[in-house]
Amino acid sequence: MQKNLTGAISALATLLSFAGPLAAQDVEPIKLGVLEDQSGDFALATIGKVHGIELATKEINDAGGIAGRPIELVTYDTQSDNTRYQEFMRRVLQRDKVDVVFAGFSSASREAYRPIVNQFDGLAFYNNQYEGGVCDANMIVTGAVPEQQFSTLLPYMMETYGKKVYTIAADYNFGQISAEWVRNIVAENGGEMVGEEFIPLGVSQFSQTIQNIQAAKPDFVVTLLVGTAQSSYYEQAGAANVDLPMASSVNVGQGYEHKRFTPPSLKDMYATVNYVEEIDTPESKAFVEKFHAMFPDEPYINQEAENSYAAVYLFKEMVEKAGGSTELADLRATLADGNLCYDAPEGEMCIDPKSQHTSHTIYLAHVKEDHAIEFPTKWDAIQPYWLGDVGCDLTQNDPSAQYTPSNLPSAD
Amino acid sequence: MEFLYSLFSFLYQFGDAFAFLVLSACGLAVIFGMMGVINLAHGEFILCGAYVSTSVTHMGVPLPLAILAGSVAAGIAGMIVEVAVIRPLYKRPLDTIVATWGISMIVTQGTLIVLGTTMAGSGTPFGSFSIGNYSYSVYRVVLMIMALVTLAALWLMFTKTRFGILARATIQVPHVAEALGVNTNLVYSMTFGLGAALAGLAGGLYAPTMTLVPTMGSSFMVEAFVTVVVGGADIFLGTAPAAVVLGFIKATLTSWQGQLAGQIGMLIAVIIVIRILPRGISGKILKERA
Repeated sequence: MQKNLTGAISALATLLSFAGPLAAQDVEPIKLGVLEDQSGDFALATIGKVHGIELATKEINDAGGIAGRPIELVTYDTQSDNTRYQEFMRRVLQRDKVDVVFAGFSSASREAYRPIVNQFDGLAFYNNQYEGGVCDANMIVTGAVPEQQFSTLLPYMMETYGKKVYTIAADYNFGQISAEWVRNIVAENGGEMVGEEFIPLGVSQFSQTIQNIQAAKPDFVVTLLVGTAQSSYYEQAGAANVDLPMASSVNVGQGYEHKRFTPPSLKDMYATVNYVEEIDTPESKAFVEKFHAMFPDEPYINQEAENSYAAVYLFKEMVEKAGGSTELADLRATLADGNLCYDAPEGEMCIDPKSQHTSHTIYLAHVKEDHAIEFPTKWDAIQPYWLGDVGCDLTQNDPSAQYTPSNLPSAD
Repeated sequence: MEFLYSLFSFLYQFGDAFAFLVLSACGLAVIFGMMGVINLAHGEFILCGAYVSTSVTHMGVPLPLAILAGSVAAGIAGMIVEVAVIRPLYKRPLDTIVATWGISMIVTQGTLIVLGTTMAGSGTPFGSFSIGNYSYSVYRVVLMIMALVTLAALWLMFTKTRFGILARATIQVPHVAEALGVNTNLVYSMTFGLGAALAGLAGGLYAPTMTLVPTMGSSFMVEAFVTVVVGGADIFLGTAPAAVVLGFIKATLTSWQGQLAGQIGMLIAVIIVIRILPRGISGKILKERA
């Protein structure tokens, strides 16, 4: 009922459309489609992504555009609704005829629009961390993936706190596949899963879940909660004094829960992020300053905002390397030598030609009792190696499939 | 001893589910159950209560007063909505769906545009206590007590006060009430306002335990409608027993198989109940009495 309700609400909601500043010269602009959730359950984590794209676009246009052509943004609000993604993806590719689309927050919405990008043989950037495994020549992924986030985070947590792990995850493809990664990495490191629970999206009451966790007595809890309703878990677990360390690939770096909830409900949360605004490097500080100059009311600059910002520059690099062409084949050819890189606020990001995923600097963010963030460690230039290792090679063929640890490409 | 610990933990979980169902459904039971207005903006009255009470808490007002302020604000908003939008539509119940749905969308998106994506929470007060292996939040026990207090207060209001009697008379046979000199328009707005204030109360009470976002009302909607539909038109013979039954099913299944099973079990129970008792639990009880 709730799904229908929000779906129908979305259907009638206002369409927000934003056209970027048109440059004075006569050259044809490069059209960049932006499909992100600016309303609904995911808006909190994704409005910053749109702002990241707008910031990069303004900077690039002020500096003369991409290969002399200005960027024109074609933005639609996808309202945290998968069917809106399909509708607007057809619209930007068919009617607006954009050169590239930046689209998607939840993995469900990405899988909803991906067949449409395949059908029109378009190019889409997915600027979000996710459960990994998309091997598709029409997609470039700038977000972090499990081998970057979990292979770093879980061994650290198991060494620091112990080997008994409890996972609570959002009940859809992202949570299910991420939980499978957690299971595998915990087993590889000699740990034990003492419990696992999948929470339907939109659930906001966690008393029983909290008690199930206390009954299982884990050393730490892996929280893979998505959407604003589910983040109520932290306040409720804090109030019930669960007091267990937590580990996450999505929280803090995406939904900035440490800013939204009163301390100490997120005490001892550890998250592997490729960017958060607290990162204390000159590049990061300069980025935060630029961001706030353009969007003074931005509540938080999360990793997906930085991914989206960097993605515009990576796309610029691709077009300029391809001699100004925006044809998919020409753009993909620029990836071949693996040297398509950009010095992002986090550090260098490079696109891997085999999987079309991006290498990242991964920071371990630790939320302290007062909700300040410290970074006990970081890992430089972590490659998105898993897809290549299991046999995805987009330079050879394009299966347009998503693989998981239990669903690997066939050998032939 | 172990058995007592488990018993307490079950009672706590049951009470928690019961409190959530009662508090989210009370306002809707008045507006939808009694008045017959299908109010899809119920969640937005909850949102109003939550946002107002949290803002008032941030100004340094103690929590109970802040919750009261949230409830009053939602009640006033409800009376305004009744006068401006609902009043011409009492004879067109299907149109009220569209109208309240529109209000719901305008409020959700308006809140997002004006107040941004989120509001900082006020934090759950009162700390925690431990029994056996488990630790519990004190505030959630307060919520259970508040659910019972709310039911008792409503019972007193509808049976013992002049307003309650006028409200029941007006809703039962409006033209006779009017002929006897009751200002039915005023009674309708007061009753609608009461329903909205109860929704605001739920919002204010749950605000410290939840994430405050413009869409937060929607997470109460399923439970609220389901409880009212199962309960039928009467708050005491309907909503309260419905919350007991659904809370029991939800708590049992959630502790056995997790949140997903709890949700599925609750919805299956609703399908069964409305198949057997089309007018809800209270419809059945009242029919037998008559």
